[in-house]
Amino acid sequence: MADDPHNEAPIHATVPVVGAGLTFSSVTDKISSLVLKRKTPLWWFIGFAISFVLVQLLLLTITHLLFTGIGIWGNNVPVGWAFDIINFVWWIGIGHAGTLISAILLLLRQKWRTSINRFAEAMTLFAVASAGLFPLLHAGRPWLLYWMFPYPNTMGIQPQFRSPLMWDVFAISTYGTVSALFWFIGLIPDFATLRDRTRSKPFQIIYGMLAMGWRGSARHWHRYEMAYLLLAGLATPLVLSVHTIVSFDFASGVIPGWHATIFPPYFVAGAIYAGFAMVLTLTIPLRKLFGLEDFITMRHIENMAKVMLATGLIVAYGYIMEAFFGWYSGNIYERFMIWNRIIGGPYRGFYWALILCNVLAPQIIWFKRFRKNLLVLFLLSIVVSIGMWLERFVIIVTSLHRDFLPSSWGMYSPTVWDFSMFLGTIGLFFALLFLFIRFLPIISIFEMRTILPEAEVEED
Amino acid sequence: MADERDKPESGENYGTDDTDVSASPGHPVSASPRPRVPVSPLYGVMAEFDNPNRLVAAARRTYEAGYRRINGYSPYPIEELWEAIGFHHTSLPVIVLIGGIIGALSGFFMQYYLAVFDYPLNVGGKPFNSWPSFIPITFEMTILCAAFAAVFGMLALNKLPQPYHPVFNAPNFKLASRDTFFLVIEANDPRYDHDEVVEFLKSLEPKEVTDVEV
Repeated sequence: MADDPHNEAPIHATVPVVGAGLTFSSVTDKISSLVLKRKTPLWWFIGFAISFVLVQLLLLTITHLLFTGIGIWGNNVPVGWAFDIINFVWWIGIGHAGTLISAILLLLRQKWRTSINRFAEAMTLFAVASAGLFPLLHAGRPWLLYWMFPYPNTMGIQPQFRSPLMWDVFAISTYGTVSALFWFIGLIPDFATLRDRTRSKPFQIIYGMLAMGWRGSARHWHRYEMAYLLLAGLATPLVLSVHTIVSFDFASGVIPGWHATIFPPYFVAGAIYAGFAMVLTLTIPLRKLFGLEDFITMRHIENMAKVMLATGLIVAYGYIMEAFFGWYSGNIYERFMIWNRIIGGPYRGFYWALILCNVLAPQIIWFKRFRKNLLVLFLLSIVVSIGMWLERFVIIVTSLHRDFLPSSWGMYSPTVWDFSMFLGTIGLFFALLFLFIRFLPIISIFEMRTILPEAEVEED
Repeated sequence: MADERDKPESGENYGTDDTDVSASPGHPVSASPRPRVPVSPLYGVMAEFDNPNRLVAAARRTYEAGYRRINGYSPYPIEELWEAIGFHHTSLPVIVLIGGIIGALSGFFMQYYLAVFDYPLNVGGKPFNSWPSFIPITFEMTILCAAFAAVFGMLALNKLPQPYHPVFNAPNFKLASRDTFFLVIEANDPRYDHDEVVEFLKSLEPKEVTDVEV
């Protein structure tokens, strides 16, 4: 048994990837009925209404911001980056779990990804949309943002390609584009299913146009599978590069607390950590509300918790190394920064809250009892999300507020508009997510069919 | 690329010069006597199966019997199926490779041209051609172009979007996106003879055999 690498029996013997007794028709009917049924559940309206109100708050904030300027935010010299960049990095990080689940786990042949990849990819897209708003608006005059891109212009100037901020423009826009392509490609066969199953004429036309005439031809499937595999192969280095480049925004600066070689791997691990926390936050209530326990089983939940624990430990290693580098450098500014951040500075409370949320709290995942307790995991995932937000706060604000010269020292406190902008993007994220779960299949139907027992073709 | 046996999919063949090949249409399938009313030309004959094993076995036997213009339709990708109908290679990887190379070259040389010739700027005394700093954007452009090539290359090779296709005329074909499997022998197959094909498909023990109109 152990010496036959093709024998998957021991793996399946634990907990199956899907519930027992599912068939092609029952999987298709169950997932497509979530979209096609006429009656929208009450919780959907409540959730969407709350998110929608927050979107209005976002629009209000943006309007005020455009009329007044970014002075309505609390960041000012020496803390020139604050909520805008904290939230940008936080959202981008959350997005990374989606690509990891859809691309990296596909290449690693992790079948359990099938139940959660569609949903996680949607989360990626909406998180990138929320993230993109911050640098866009922080630029001050967002209607001139196309100046960031190289194009022949009458001003006779061009971007400065040696700057990590310029790399960021390309990385984020490529990431958003490729994530959208990957997501759409994955949806095409499911659009065809919806087209064939809906009885409403307008939806037949809409889903029909989106399906582009997909008919499940074997030749099409072959090229489709090849395209999907290649996209996964392309998205894998892409997702690693995106947060690496985000970390370059900091690491290539000379500010103590930013100027560290550990940043790229530490940021990527943190991104996956935050992303899996968000996937858990969203999955646990959704599977309950939609009755998807057969599709998203305890094995999925446990696996996600384990990934969270593993990446959380890498992040903890990052914190230790950061402190070690500061001390070992022998540089007085670096040493002061570490002392100020951990022991004596005005923001030390944030640091310890971060350690509590990101390092200590997730250790309960070691115990199977907690790993199997949905309420505990749900609360823990929110704690980790808060912790990851605090991490970016600590990196950005505490590094900036003590400049090299004490005469330039300052303090940062957010204004009401900082909070309204942040809350507004949370509203945007959830509003898009609510629309997604109502109008599109939240689990990839055709990929679920492939992992059913009856899908196995006998070789002879 | 030469193996890209795409011909059976190209829709324009069916309506015109191929109609004489399918000169023996008839529905219901029970062949003769031929109805006198004008009938539309046939795209092919379709057999319906209720499980993937039957479909793959049937596809293998059809290929072995010498039919080449055949296609299978399934609700999810079945590797054995496209192998069975003799469709082994796709040129998509080459297209993606070309896309990636175009992205890499254009990404790097765009930066090189702009930073060295068009708008040379002294930043911290670095050389105008500070190529290591150009690598991240070169990398992102590589991925971007390769991803576009993968998506649009796949759609183009599959000739999608294609709003109309004859197989959608088959009565049960809506189930091809749910739980039913189909095998089609197309009318432009060199060995196509309507009655023979119907008999052959019936011998494969399908649930049903139907004609597919163009």
